[in-house]
Amino acid sequence: MQISFTLNDKAVTVEADPATLLSDLLREALNLTGTHVGCDTSQCGACVVHLNGDSVKSCTLLAAAVDGQEVRTVEGLAKSKDDLHPMQVAFRENHGLQCGFCTPGMLMASVDLVSKNPTPTEPEVRAWLEGNICRCTGYQNIVKSVLAGAEAMRETN
Amino acid sequence: MTNTIGVGASPKRKEDLRFLTGKGRYVADIKRPNMLMGAFVRSPHPHAEIVSIDISAALAAPGVRAVFTGEDMKADEVGSLPVGWAITDRHGEPCKEPPHPPIAHGKVRYVGDAVAFVIAETQEQAEAGAELVEVDYNVLPHVTGVVEALQSDAPQIHEEAPGNLCADWELGDAAAVNAAFDTAEHVTSIELVNQRLIGNPMEPRAAIGEYEPERGQHTLWTTSQFPHVVRLLMGEFVLGIPQHKLRVVAPDVGGGFGVKQFHYAEEAVVTWAASKLGGAVKWVAQRSEGFISDAHGRDHVTQAEIACDAEGHFLAMRVKTYANMGGYLSTFGPNIPTNLYAPLLSGVYRIPAIHCEVMTVFTNTVPVDAYRGAGRPEATFVVERLVDTAALEMGIDKLEIRRRNMIPTEAYPYQTPVIVEYDSGDPMGCLDRCEVLADVAGFAGRKAASEAAGKYRGMGISTYVEACGLAPSRLAGQLGARSGLYESATVRVHPSGAVTVLIGTHNHGQGHETTFAQIVSERLGVPFEDIDIVFGDTDKVQHGLGTYGSRSLVVGGAALNKAADKVILKGRKIAAHQFEAALEDVVFENGAFAVAGTDRKTPFADIAGSAYVPFDFPLETLEPGLEEQAYYDPVNFTYPGGAHICEVEIDPDTGVVTLDRYTAVDDVGTIINPMIVEGQLQGGIVQGVGQALFEHGVYDDMSGQLLSGSFMDYCMPRADNIPHLVIEPHSTTCTHTPLGVKGCGECGTIGSPVAVINAVVDALRPLGVRHVDMPASPNRIWNIIRKTRVRIAAE
Repeated sequence: MQISFTLNDKAVTVEADPATLLSDLLREALNLTGTHVGCDTSQCGACVVHLNGDSVKSCTLLAAAVDGQEVRTVEGLAKSKDDLHPMQVAFRENHGLQCGFCTPGMLMASVDLVSKNPTPTEPEVRAWLEGNICRCTGYQNIVKSVLAGAEAMRETN
Repeated sequence: MTNTIGVGASPKRKEDLRFLTGKGRYVADIKRPNMLMGAFVRSPHPHAEIVSIDISAALAAPGVRAVFTGEDMKADEVGSLPVGWAITDRHGEPCKEPPHPPIAHGKVRYVGDAVAFVIAETQEQAEAGAELVEVDYNVLPHVTGVVEALQSDAPQIHEEAPGNLCADWELGDAAAVNAAFDTAEHVTSIELVNQRLIGNPMEPRAAIGEYEPERGQHTLWTTSQFPHVVRLLMGEFVLGIPQHKLRVVAPDVGGGFGVKQFHYAEEAVVTWAASKLGGAVKWVAQRSEGFISDAHGRDHVTQAEIACDAEGHFLAMRVKTYANMGGYLSTFGPNIPTNLYAPLLSGVYRIPAIHCEVMTVFTNTVPVDAYRGAGRPEATFVVERLVDTAALEMGIDKLEIRRRNMIPTEAYPYQTPVIVEYDSGDPMGCLDRCEVLADVAGFAGRKAASEAAGKYRGMGISTYVEACGLAPSRLAGQLGARSGLYESATVRVHPSGAVTVLIGTHNHGQGHETTFAQIVSERLGVPFEDIDIVFGDTDKVQHGLGTYGSRSLVVGGAALNKAADKVILKGRKIAAHQFEAALEDVVFENGAFAVAGTDRKTPFADIAGSAYVPFDFPLETLEPGLEEQAYYDPVNFTYPGGAHICEVEIDPDTGVVTLDRYTAVDDVGTIINPMIVEGQLQGGIVQGVGQALFEHGVYDDMSGQLLSGSFMDYCMPRADNIPHLVIEPHSTTCTHTPLGVKGCGECGTIGSPVAVINAVVDALRPLGVRHVDMPASPNRIWNIIRKTRVRIAAE
């Protein structure tokens, strides 16, 4: 079937089997490999993308469901490599990543949190990220990054 | 002036930009021309004979190009997956090493053992084809528990290992220990389980094999912590591919924790299958497949005793451990619960005599091998549970019993009774500082507040020491290692003065691209941004043993430092020629070569340029170029250590244990990048907290199935399970590594499980609880509390 949607601010049309998951469509058909797949039970959150601005687990969404919708992946977060999103800057400044595998999902989930709650507390950040597993950082610097990123996003807006 | 960033600074990481923008390049992201996809058929039975395999339906399925079985590999004389570090039993006999074919033939020995590999044009077709492979099994009795596997009526898993025993191993002086126990005033005995863990790096394992027939060239892309070792083990022992015809690439790797430091069957299968088909074959594990094919960790059952005099001074320790090896020996399997365990049983204490027996045992479970800490968390768990229990039994304060027995700083170097000699450390200083930082004085008030709210509160202490920076080759060789454990580095100075470092360790989250660049920037005065670190490709990097055992900075950093020394010497020779000065008069300081005592100097970059424009070089004595390579073999292990103190609160109605406070003071030696070190400690602590409170690889004894086979069943620590951690360094300098570093990757995972469990036991002490096995899950704690209340009510 044909799926047409807005991906990182650009219109795309792609042919896909109706059973294709959004994560597979992004990674295999569209070569956007920043969206990672870390589990098969919708638990780890490495695959989180934005669907119409809301964070969703792309491994649990049929690609067909995004027809006519707006999708943003980690590749669409920065304006350019020299003009990163404030949340990306915050993760770098606060050592919020180690191996980098969970990072795209963490970034997308965090940006969505701040868009809904511009002044999250530490417990709110921890609770929001409950659906994103990181094995490297122990979360401390991720939480620190999200709080710093929220502040930076407030200043930007 | 140049923008050098050296030791002690915390520049932001060089590697971050690609990960933040989705441009990391992991194995699963790689596509090769005409690449085929593979899927494994895995045994659903823990123990069975393979009667027959019918591949006809699978071969006829759409898109399927080939189906291979263990018999196909056997017919091609594919070898057994080798053991890289074997052990010798107490009688001097080698441990039992039964064959470990990459795809099983004859028998399967655990749920997940591969029986066939289906290759198709797409992933979906490969998986559909795998469903059509019909395997006729003759199911055999199985055993999953390590103690049960040694019983006389247990099913026999390997012909080569009678009674399922891999080795009956010992270390230490049994006679001296027995004599000390005979005269002891007090003996504390404990029995404990160090449960099976599943490492779960967030990136599932993956591998791509490719073969170019015209060149006879094999390439393997793999999620590995040590590509050169995979090249050696797979090339020489499994597939018979000469080293120069096999390239192994480990690109960006999404976490390792030991899970990716073994040579896995799937690596050999895709490489071999690619050579059969003449193209590229890719396999990517699903998470549920990883649960039953990634090597697991821990899985010990232990009895331990400590003998004390009347004042609580330790006289001797006696430990007996049953260690589960799983269905086959993984690459380092038998080494972990023996050589990396028993030598750490002295902890940070003076214990005159120690004896440890370890039975390594085959069972019908996934093979067990190193997992972050690897043997040392298990040893620390034994020591610190013994110490806490002895303190309780003898009525001695738990901080006091530790201080009474600690090795004082002035006693270093300290020779333990179990092989290792600690070069440096200050456990007393770590504990003193941790006591203050953790506000131990305020614990009573917090406990009263918890009790007023109907909760239990406990405080737990652990101290630890580890042996890392693996390893002096001579010692490792004596202990059964089949390779040296040195590291290598090349410093390639370009004509511009920019530097490329080629290093044999592997960066999969530890920040090597940043830390190693800081070392070069400091040593050579080269701007930080002009330095690149290359790793993970056997065609680029000369050689290397990889990253595990907190060895990268300790051993790899030392090799890099040594190569920098050589570059400086070569630069001085070039400068001496230009200055027409004697070599001994030329010094290198502040990023320039200078004639000592004069104002004549030339910047590093200018000398680098001259090295490649040798118009007037005396070629008999001075070669063009500025590139040096060094190998470094350590003279001892390094011994990071520290003290951790935490508090838990337990809700008696739900059994939920909340980790409320956590404080760690660690001695990791000289710190190159404080930001990265703190990140390593944070991550390690939480991984250890995962063992203490959440994680458990559970087999159903009756069916032999792994019950905790997904993130739905295997509880990983999440952001909302963890408090803000308070971490402070308290470093002593390692006396024998050139950079003074000790390593920091495993500290947290070693120190934290027992700190948390000591706190849980402390919280439940009013109920008469003496020990709690890990994980202290709500179910387990609720049952303990309920049973105790029933008992108390009955009394």
